[in-house]
Amino acid sequence: MPVLNGRELRIVGFLCNWCSYGGADTAGVARFDQPTDLRIIRVPCSGRIDPLFIAKAFMNGADGVLVSGCHPRDCHYSEGNYYARRRLEVFKQFITVLGIEPERFEYTWVSASEGQRWQEVVTKFTDQVHALGPMAPIPEVALSKLAQTEGTDLRTAITEEA
Amino acid sequence: MRIGVFVCHCGSNIEGTVDTAEVSRIASDYPEVAFATDTMYACSEPGQDGIIEAIGEHKLDGVVVASCTPRMHEATFRNTLERAGLNPYMFEMANIREHVSWIGKDREANTNKAADLVRMAVEKLRRNRPLTPKEFDINRRVLVIGGGVAGIQAALDCADAGLEVIMVERESTIGGKMAKLDKTFPTVDCSSCILGPRMVEVAQHPNITLHAYSEVDGVSGYVGNFSVKIKKKARYVDWNKCTGCGECVEKCPSRKAPNTFDELIGPGRAINIPFPQAIPKKATINADYCIRLTKGKCGACEKVCPAGAIDFDQQDEIISEEVGAVVAATGYDLFDWTVYEEYGGGRYPDVITSLQYERLLSASGPTGGHVKRPSDGKEPKNVVFIQCVGSRDKSVDRPYCSGFCCMYTAKQAILTKDHIPDSTSYVFYMDIRAPGKLYDEFTRRAMEEYGAQYIRGRVGMVYPDGKGNLTVRGADTLLGKQVEIQADLVVLAVGVESAKNSPQLAEKLRISYDKYGFFMEGHPKLKPCETNTAGVYLAGACQGPKDIPASVAQGSAAASKVIGLFSKKKLKSDPQTALVDIKRCIGCGKCVLTCPFGAIKETDFRGQPKAEVIETVCQGCGICSSTCPQGAIQLRHFTDNQILAEVEAICRF
Ligand SMILES: Cc1cc2nc3c(=O)[nH]c(=O)nc-3n(C[C@H](O)[C@H](O)[C@H](O)COP(=O)(O)OP(=O)(O)OC[C@H]3O[C@@H](n4cnc5c(N)ncnc54)[C@H](O)[C@@H]3O)c2cc1C
Ligand code: SF4
Ligand code: SF4
Repeated sequence: MPVLNGRELRIVGFLCNWCSYGGADTAGVARFDQPTDLRIIRVPCSGRIDPLFIAKAFMNGADGVLVSGCHPRDCHYSEGNYYARRRLEVFKQFITVLGIEPERFEYTWVSASEGQRWQEVVTKFTDQVHALGPMAPIPEVALSKLAQTEGTDLRTAITEEA
Repeated sequence: MRIGVFVCHCGSNIEGTVDTAEVSRIASDYPEVAFATDTMYACSEPGQDGIIEAIGEHKLDGVVVASCTPRMHEATFRNTLERAGLNPYMFEMANIREHVSWIGKDREANTNKAADLVRMAVEKLRRNRPLTPKEFDINRRVLVIGGGVAGIQAALDCADAGLEVIMVERESTIGGKMAKLDKTFPTVDCSSCILGPRMVEVAQHPNITLHAYSEVDGVSGYVGNFSVKIKKKARYVDWNKCTGCGECVEKCPSRKAPNTFDELIGPGRAINIPFPQAIPKKATINADYCIRLTKGKCGACEKVCPAGAIDFDQQDEIISEEVGAVVAATGYDLFDWTVYEEYGGGRYPDVITSLQYERLLSASGPTGGHVKRPSDGKEPKNVVFIQCVGSRDKSVDRPYCSGFCCMYTAKQAILTKDHIPDSTSYVFYMDIRAPGKLYDEFTRRAMEEYGAQYIRGRVGMVYPDGKGNLTVRGADTLLGKQVEIQADLVVLAVGVESAKNSPQLAEKLRISYDKYGFFMEGHPKLKPCETNTAGVYLAGACQGPKDIPASVAQGSAAASKVIGLFSKKKLKSDPQTALVDIKRCIGCGKCVLTCPFGAIKETDFRGQPKAEVIETVCQGCGICSSTCPQGAIQLRHFTDNQILAEVEAICRF
């Protein structure tokens, strides 16, 4: 699968511990080949994922960000992924404001048993990001806007909406 | 901080596609890394000893192991650190097996990625703080919700182990569905003969307090210390005085009340004792049908009651109980069979449900065990059973198999022949599912010894033939033709759905339920009777359709979990909890509203409202952290700074 062409991009993954991280493990145990660009950060729950983390990742030069949690209703913390879904949906609208192609960000639900699905998600997303190529630096204007709204305001904007 | 990095070969599992020596060489240049090495099997005894040795030798304050998934060995290595005298939370793991060596073959890319993951772990570890679990006392009492066979088993096992048990049952008697059954498959032994004594044991056990005709109103607290509000519904009879003599039932003139115990086919009275072996054996007035309570007249029961137990002024009462664990055993309900209009359920009196048929077969049922059809009391000769009514049918949103209908239908076909030797049973089925011990043999006996006629196919229509009987028309898919059968009685093998109000109860207990309302187990294979809420366990059909043996086994399993939990002197809470920075907290209360566990309360701090985390309740999800507009509440071990440090570590390359 020549996604890489010898060249990796920076893709950050935020995965919940209970479902998706387990799903990624399952894919590994089953030796499902995947592109190597993605680096996974483990968080307890998709509800722990602050959209700010994703914004920061892009500001730091990430070419893509993938979030994955338990299927709705399956959440280990009963409703964390509902919070996540609302926040991430709002955030998805928001990133275009920063001049970031919306295809660089994706969120999915993968359970611990879905190794196959995880392989598909990673491959598809990596291909998608590769199709866009490396990320152009975020325009100064947007960055300064982001810097101003960073922390309190952005967080409020997003959580208020959600 | 002095950090040690150990890069594991995992034999050739990692070493095969990752240059571990190179990874450890790169890692030695990371900030605060004082020591880095590669090792054959980090988790093995020599591997762990090597880590302990290095901790001493290089005066390490924290350790990163790059190996397999933390879901496998995080606990192992935390223990290693503890043995070396370090705080177990000064540890991080980089998953370079499942997430690196096993998913790609490019050694260079893998080595590169592994080094990145180690960098992430190092950056996170630099911001770790030692954490200590809190110890807290356990209230060694257990609440069992639901008094079916599963709840009874769980309660008795706990009580026999010396635990105090509080049982809450919604109906006015315990026993659940099993108490209504005539005989049970695959042994065809009398249901109440085996259940009755167990019910009596519940009543007589010094360790069990039974609240029948009651419901759980609210649950707060956490494992080891739940506090439960129980609503004792008004029964208009003082149960302390009632002797269960039944005089009142005899005299009650209100005869239209539904007899729920007999599944509505027997006569009902406004004052009622469900059945002779009921536990507790006490009378209860159905307020909706009581003439005195609805119209202010009558009061016949009051006049005849020799014990003076009738109390028309009784009110609902809320009581509180403190427990350390909860077993949910609320069972199931039957699918609403009238939805299948083509079967005539609810329209033709001689189309009945399987559970109604159990009552007709039962010696303690409304017909004294003589099978008489509802319309005219005649003994049916041709009985047609229709399986999968509300099971395996997407069109009614019940795609799942109800598990035990194949078996009880076979049982009922056998019993029909026993009761009426010149009768014939016809069974319309989709597949026969009989995987239990002696189950397949049992269904075969129904066909071969008892002559039940099994017809594979769906029934299209049931309609009156004009001569007082019913015609059942369906397809025989094995013969590939239409069949029509003359039926005196049609029995619908109705499927199973979650007990009424299960989602509401689940929400009170903070446990998950699936899309059909069945409670979700902690893990489909390895935690079948635990939930994801510590201290709450499951037993019986509330988790999904289950027959009696499986319900009983799970009842015992849940009890053993409770006993195990209570065998500890004190409980330790996971220290990865949320923490409020009082200076940043503006007391907006957003976190209080979002926490799914009710783990945050508002407190007063020098006259200002602030959030406070109840550490023993906090489950460590961090939902509050990403909600707080101030970033004032931080999940320990997964703080904003730690996660952002990981983000930076990845992006810098
Ligand atoms: C027609 C028929 C025949 C069957 N025959 C057999 C057989 O021969 N052999 C066999 O192995 N299995 C048989 N079964 C299956 C059997 O009924 C179940 O396996 C068994 O009853 C499950 O027990 P349980 O305790 O989990 O649930 P249940 O028996 O449903 O008990 C649950 C109890 O919880 C109470 N409850 C519910 N909600 C609440 C609440 N919120 N608060 C308090 N209390 C609550 C209910 O009132 C009930 O008493 C048959 C089922 C049917 C329908
Ligand atoms: S008559 Fe009185 S004592 Fe007897 S069952 Fe009725 S209420 Fe109870
Ligand atoms: S981390 Fe926060 S939201 Fe989650 S349980 Fe603890 S206090 Fe509640």
